[in-house]
Amino acid sequence: MRQVAEGSQAVSEAVRLAKVQVIAAYPITPQTHIVEVISEFCSNGTLNARFICVESEHSAMAAIIGAASSGVRTFTATSSHGLAYMHELLHWASGARLPLVMANVNRALGPGWNIWLDQTDSLSQRDTGWIQLYCEDSQDVLDTTLMAYRLAESVNLPVMVVLDAFFLSHTYEPVDVPDQEPVDKFLPPYSPRFQLDTGNPGAFNQFVAPHAYMEMRYNIQTAMEQVPENYARIAQEFETVFGRHHSLAEAVRCEDAEIIFVTAGTTVSTCRQAVERLRAQGEKAGLLKLKMFRPFPVDYCRRVLSGKQKVAVVDRNCSFGASGIFAQELRAALYHAESPPQIFGYIAGLGGRDVTPETIEDIYRQTENADKARTENIWIGLDQETVESWRN
Amino acid sequence: MAQLNMPDGDYFKPGHLGCPGCGAAIAIKFALKALGEKIIMVIPASCASIIVGPYPQSALNIPTLHTAFATAGAAASGVRAALDMKGDTETTVLSWAGDGGTFDIGFQSLSGAVERNEDCIFVCYDNEAYMNTGVQRSSSTPYGMRTTTTPGQDWKKTRKKNIMETMAAHRIPYAATASIAFPEDMIAKFQKAKEKKGGARFIHVFATCATGWGAPSEMSVKIARLAVQTNIFPLYEIENGIQYTLNYKGDRPVEDYLQTQGRFKHLSIADVAQIQKMVTEDWNAVCRKTETTRT
Repeated sequence: MRQVAEGSQAVSEAVRLAKVQVIAAYPITPQTHIVEVISEFCSNGTLNARFICVESEHSAMAAIIGAASSGVRTFTATSSHGLAYMHELLHWASGARLPLVMANVNRALGPGWNIWLDQTDSLSQRDTGWIQLYCEDSQDVLDTTLMAYRLAESVNLPVMVVLDAFFLSHTYEPVDVPDQEPVDKFLPPYSPRFQLDTGNPGAFNQFVAPHAYMEMRYNIQTAMEQVPENYARIAQEFETVFGRHHSLAEAVRCEDAEIIFVTAGTTVSTCRQAVERLRAQGEKAGLLKLKMFRPFPVDYCRRVLSGKQKVAVVDRNCSFGASGIFAQELRAALYHAESPPQIFGYIAGLGGRDVTPETIEDIYRQTENADKARTENIWIGLDQETVESWRN
Repeated sequence: MAQLNMPDGDYFKPGHLGCPGCGAAIAIKFALKALGEKIIMVIPASCASIIVGPYPQSALNIPTLHTAFATAGAAASGVRAALDMKGDTETTVLSWAGDGGTFDIGFQSLSGAVERNEDCIFVCYDNEAYMNTGVQRSSSTPYGMRTTTTPGQDWKKTRKKNIMETMAAHRIPYAATASIAFPEDMIAKFQKAKEKKGGARFIHVFATCATGWGAPSEMSVKIARLAVQTNIFPLYEIENGIQYTLNYKGDRPVEDYLQTQGRFKHLSIADVAQIQKMVTEDWNAVCRKTETTRT
């Protein structure tokens, strides 16, 4: 059924349709609408689940780890400081090989306190063993959350569904909310390989000496390597049932493009518009949407970007002392590609600052006019006066 | 010869990694005997997580979830929620944390769990410092103890946190202290806790660490008994946060207890007198609450 829904509500509807059994969450702006709607579902019986109102995000993750270890489907949602506070347990979840699904609303970290969009919260969790999927619009959010359960349960690794603060979490748009029956067909009940069971006692997550630890880590890596293939299969099945396809990355007008934008989240939509405008002006612009960030879609990026002239990565995040994180990952992915393009790294729109089609066009012109990719980052739209005022 | 009224079941097997005389190991043995086989144990980082055995072995014959240091209360809550969703209300969820995982880093998640009145038994086996990492002070470390982070003349000058009073403040259905030197009392309390299903139950177990306390291993149980006999660790129960029951009245001076352990050997006569004063104060407070309950 077609509804007008926020990105947040798209998450909640997917959690309801996935028949999640245990939810634990702690409120943080701008994640709250997600958990409020789920609480309502639990309260009015729409969803037969237990909602644990924990006292912190650290406990939220610990609680769903406990629940998933006992063999049920789980969910949590957080953002920014909440995600950072969970960090220890993010490692624990992947090490325990639990198919958790979490929504993270991309929000800036303080100080200064800032509740708006910034991707650094989720991207700085890249080494925790979580699959990360970034969403462009509300439909993408709902569909990705449903696929996330299939994906997580296919490799026994947790999945983070990522959506932009406010631009997506709090923006209303039409969303097709599927009926329960096709969802049940696509997503059968969770069937765990192992669970805490008094009839078959086992020790979970116990002390491990050097003789076996490394093999456990290796298995996480091989499971991650399996993800793109599993994702492709699941996305195909999703399309068969629901008629919508979401690939792990998407090339838009890249065939003859001379400059290709690479970005993730709602900025993809802005870039789609900018590409059309630039094309109308006779420019050969293209776009590569990255939906999957972990594992990084190396093969897809090499296939689309090898032999191209210039790539402009738009990062709404920064790894201080290095660069924008998508740019960093892309440079690593293309190092062994045949005739790799020059990669320009742009940092824009941190802490909720707007990135408009005009911003993207400005990035295009800067990329077009430069002979060589600068090795340092290019920050877009800085107010130099403010920067200078804090220098002394 | 006196016969202990001890349940037959044994879910903690030989081959565990506890030190000789380990009070924590004795506590696990008794607790599991009392609770039987339908339990799931949640163990945060602690001596216990090592004692029960490394991969691929386990000295426990019950399902066990090892979890991160600060998370026992939350992880146990998650297990409980999942069991309830599966329709299993019979299995008892037993959270088993040390004093660090209860008084310090685990305090927040424990407070959250008992405030929600989670249907679990939360145990603190208390050896009064970070023993697994080599005797560093915790907020359970008593006044007067020398640890590796309160060395020399900087021995701990503040009181041990009163964890039982914090649990009483949450008004949980049942909280009790127990000692490895009083196995029948301890088993009875675990059985009582098991029967009080439906809410949060807390048991504070005094568990000697001979290694960390500077005592011969064969003195472990005797030291635990002296802690009760000197009223340093009174045995009592608190129901619904207000109803106090005292299970034992000690009458020995604290010196009898303090002199058995190297951790207190630096204390002067005046220091010992100070500890006696504090212990008497705390004991009187418990007695007053017990009397108030009776009237």
